[in-house]
Amino acid sequence: MQLTEMRPDFERADGVLAGVEPREWLFRGIVGGAALFVFVVIIAMIYELTRQAWPAIDAFGLGFLTSTTWNPPSEQFGAAPFIIGTLVTSSLALVLGTIIGVGSSLFLVEVAPRCVRLPVSYTVELLAAIPSVVYGLWGVFVLGPWIQHTAGPFIVRWFGWLPWVEGPALGVGVFEAVLILTIMILPTIVAISRDVIGAVPRSQREGILALGATRWEMVRIAVLPYARSGILGAAILGLARAIGETLAVALVIGNSTQVPDSIFSPAYTMASVIANQFREAENDMHVAALIYIGLLLLIITLLVNAGARLLVWRVTKGQITTVIE
Amino acid sequence: MIATSSRNRRRRKAIDTLATAGIIGAGAGAIVPLFAILIFLLLKGLPALNLQLFTQNPGPTGVAGGGIQNSIVGTAVLMALSLAIGLPFAIATGVYLAEYGRGRVGFVVRFLVDVLAGIPSITIGLFVYTVVVLRMGTFSALAGGLALALIMVPIISRVTEEMLLLVPQTMREASYALGVPKWRTVLTIVVPAARSGIMTGVILASARAAGEAAPLLFTSLGNNFRSTSITSPIDALPLRIFTYATGPFAYQHAQAWAASFILVAFVLVLSVSGRLLLLRGRR
Repeated sequence: MQLTEMRPDFERADGVLAGVEPREWLFRGIVGGAALFVFVVIIAMIYELTRQAWPAIDAFGLGFLTSTTWNPPSEQFGAAPFIIGTLVTSSLALVLGTIIGVGSSLFLVEVAPRCVRLPVSYTVELLAAIPSVVYGLWGVFVLGPWIQHTAGPFIVRWFGWLPWVEGPALGVGVFEAVLILTIMILPTIVAISRDVIGAVPRSQREGILALGATRWEMVRIAVLPYARSGILGAAILGLARAIGETLAVALVIGNSTQVPDSIFSPAYTMASVIANQFREAENDMHVAALIYIGLLLLIITLLVNAGARLLVWRVTKGQITTVIE
Repeated sequence: MIATSSRNRRRRKAIDTLATAGIIGAGAGAIVPLFAILIFLLLKGLPALNLQLFTQNPGPTGVAGGGIQNSIVGTAVLMALSLAIGLPFAIATGVYLAEYGRGRVGFVVRFLVDVLAGIPSITIGLFVYTVVVLRMGTFSALAGGLALALIMVPIISRVTEEMLLLVPQTMREASYALGVPKWRTVLTIVVPAARSGIMTGVILASARAAGEAAPLLFTSLGNNFRSTSITSPIDALPLRIFTYATGPFAYQHAQAWAASFILVAFVLVLSVSGRLLLLRGRR
């Protein structure tokens, strides 16, 4: 039984193999141990963060998720403003990013001539290589002033009647974080949805074109439904990236522990509050509360990532390496 | 009858044109941000570059001048440390996935590697803070290197796996036919054949880790002086950019742009060469 186990992939048995059995097992143990280590790290992460956050978990329980009081000096902590901040910024970025991302994937696959395709898809992919903190710097000194003086007043003037659109636009706030996050998740969404849209069989397209459909009808009826779950997976992976994004957001979101009441209000997200307050934590409970937020962030991203990856895998049969964005 | 059908056709045609315009617009919108960022890096970063940046540590806060030599050296040390820690694990995991990782266990490991890649870097920073910094009692380059290694491992192991699977099965079979056991085949035939591909993964992972500041905030902390000791706090380019971007002084902002210019140039060179290698390997 053991002998069959350690045979090479094609069936072949001989005494030479049996002779080196210990070293084969040693090698297998080493590489298998390294793989196991990944598992250990994830478990250890959950365990350690829970242990360090315990004072806060013990004191506030699940009420931590709904309380809006964040008052370090009096040791009163509730994470609701940050959870709302994360939800609002990442879901808005997700909507914007998916529209632009799927649109530009369609452009790459269906519309663009061959000579345009590669440079454009390369340009988008390079966005993933720009460090988060550089996005933040750009946000602070370029995007922020532009929103404050140009885009913000324009939006308030024409769309001020919408709920949650209230001025004045500052140089920092939810809106700016949303724009930065949209740019940052674009490469993730484009890379995957471009591949799943490209994987839609030619025959599907040709079939509906033969029935006299226009290009848009082909996209709407034959391509998008076919690629739907892959695109959904891409969007969720983008969401996971937006939820965990830290420094770019920390620099532009305006650092307010109040629940934002307009898209131009300053706010905080779960990741950015940790980044900005952890080093200057005022007391042990403050540290525990921030680690509690870190634990929640870990759990949320684990769930979101697991779901997205299973979805993308099911569509692409593990062909697309989603790690390399 | 004919009139309605031709009107219907015009309507469909119009919708098609509109949708195509929207799609082209999205394509254009997707390439604008990169240029918007690169242009400002050139406009603001290039003029702020000077030799001093590379040869001096930061001066006292508020006094213009000084450099970011400490951050450049720090980033180099952190890169070396994280590769030293992460590379063996990552390559071994990749070998496991490619050569032994079939069936359910392989599926679970592959899944966990991908999940690890999705964990926010700030959470990895918190984790390393609790297990290393609290135990050692001090912020250190070692803790920073470990945090960056955790970011590199999933990238390197998945690329390694992909590259090992590209090595033709016939090469393995030729080796087995000579009576070479599997472990030795993997070590002396398969891995060397995939060497340049694995290198690509290492380059891409380094590019990613070089730009990360979030996991360093609570691990390597930052340092105003040049340090190469692995047991004391150390600076890094992205950390310096974060500190200066929030600082009140104009010279700090200028140096943040200069540091970003250096960092992005470094990361883009790594990332572009890595991707080119990857494309060549896949073909």
